[in-house]
Amino acid sequence: MISIEKLIEHVNKADSADALLDAVENLADAKSELAIPTLIEVLGFNNPGAAVAAVEGLIKIGESAVPQLLENLDTYNYGARAWMIRAFAGIGDPAALDLLLKAAVTDFSQSVRRAAARGLGIINWSKVAPEKVAIAQEQALQTLFLATEDGEWIVRYAAITGLHSLGNETPEKFLTAIANKLREILTQEPEIVVKARIQLALEQLG
Amino acid sequence: MRDEEGIREAEQLTLDQALENLRQKEDLGLRYYAAWWLGKFRVQEPEAVDLLLVALEDESDRAPDGGYPLRRNAARALGKLGNKKAVPALIRCLEFPDFYVREAAAQALENLDDHRCVPSLVKLLEGGVAKAEFVTGKPHLVEPCEAVIEALGTLNATEAITFIKPFLGHSVAKVKYAAARAMYQLTRENQYGEILIQALSVDDLQLRRSALMDLAAVGYLPAGAAIADTLAENSMKLIALKGLLEKNLDANSTKLTPESIQIMDYMDSLL
Repeated sequence: MISIEKLIEHVNKADSADALLDAVENLADAKSELAIPTLIEVLGFNNPGAAVAAVEGLIKIGESAVPQLLENLDTYNYGARAWMIRAFAGIGDPAALDLLLKAAVTDFSQSVRRAAARGLGIINWSKVAPEKVAIAQEQALQTLFLATEDGEWIVRYAAITGLHSLGNETPEKFLTAIANKLREILTQEPEIVVKARIQLALEQLG
Repeated sequence: MRDEEGIREAEQLTLDQALENLRQKEDLGLRYYAAWWLGKFRVQEPEAVDLLLVALEDESDRAPDGGYPLRRNAARALGKLGNKKAVPALIRCLEFPDFYVREAAAQALENLDDHRCVPSLVKLLEGGVAKAEFVTGKPHLVEPCEAVIEALGTLNATEAITFIKPFLGHSVAKVKYAAARAMYQLTRENQYGEILIQALSVDDLQLRRSALMDLAAVGYLPAGAAIADTLAENSMKLIALKGLLEKNLDANSTKLTPESIQIMDYMDSLL
């Protein structure tokens, strides 16, 4: 069994893209909280393979990675920001809810907006205090409705997936509102691919 | 580099200013930016096409390598404006001495969807792989084979198949993949789509990106899983999967097939 320190050292000493990917995958598999800072750092390396592995590692570690992710989010590197939002989305911790609400409609980078829209659909609502759930879901719903008007097709697509997941989670009241909204935007959507995703959501939400 | 400067310039230009900048002959930089701008914003004014056609004959803007920067930009822009009036002039550009003008013209002709250019494009492939070598001291081949082959594929020039097929054995990977892409477009045989799938697992990130765009362009449906798995930016994978899905939906516009739903599952996982 290699120690976490050694695994981290391998990441720091990797001298090629492939070596970095291998080292990050090994570190991610260890599911250790000690790996969090290094995995976060990898998100800024502009190496998509390693970043995917690091995001997966952070998701596996789960909620204990959230505070450090939040602390490090204030960055000018929008590539890294998008990966962090993906990690939040995968972890589903409501601690990131406000951040996702804001990012989904205000971030200048479309990769960040799309990751946030996706994440709003997969929040772990059981972790929200019962008296606050309805309000939080209403916020997510309204933000996703707004995101369906985004200028980029991929953000609209992501917003549909968010509404689809939210529709699976939430009580009847939201389900009806979501289905109505989906039917409404189906008629206006110019991209055939986004239309298809709306259709899929409508079929599966019944 | 010049394109980046052009992006800054673009924020300040208006249509009238762009046309005026292209019309004047004193400031070469302004003409160059204006040509780029008109293409970038896909200006549909007939006057824009006419001025770009004049720029296509320009002699004054010369690069240190003897090339013609304004002509290159004008050819690129004409490809984006979608006006077939430009086709005969672009065909003439295929014989111009500046390699990059020939390349830009081939790419523009690919976009204009006009079959008249096919014989001239095929001509650039004559001599086959043996003749398609690097020019000594230059980063490019004798002819812009990659652009020519891609154009012939997009233009559905089945008469060019015998000229394109040997390029599957070209030593330059990008040329080889361009040939696979075109051969798939022209024959719909899976063996050519499979070559592009293999390209998704090569070591070179640029080649993987380029294979993603090729698969998107041809909409090769069996590539879905390989696209989702390849090591590249999710944004590019999503665009590639969008291309696959669009092709699949065209054929089945009323109902979602299991294949379409599978592609959407891949897309969801990459958001």
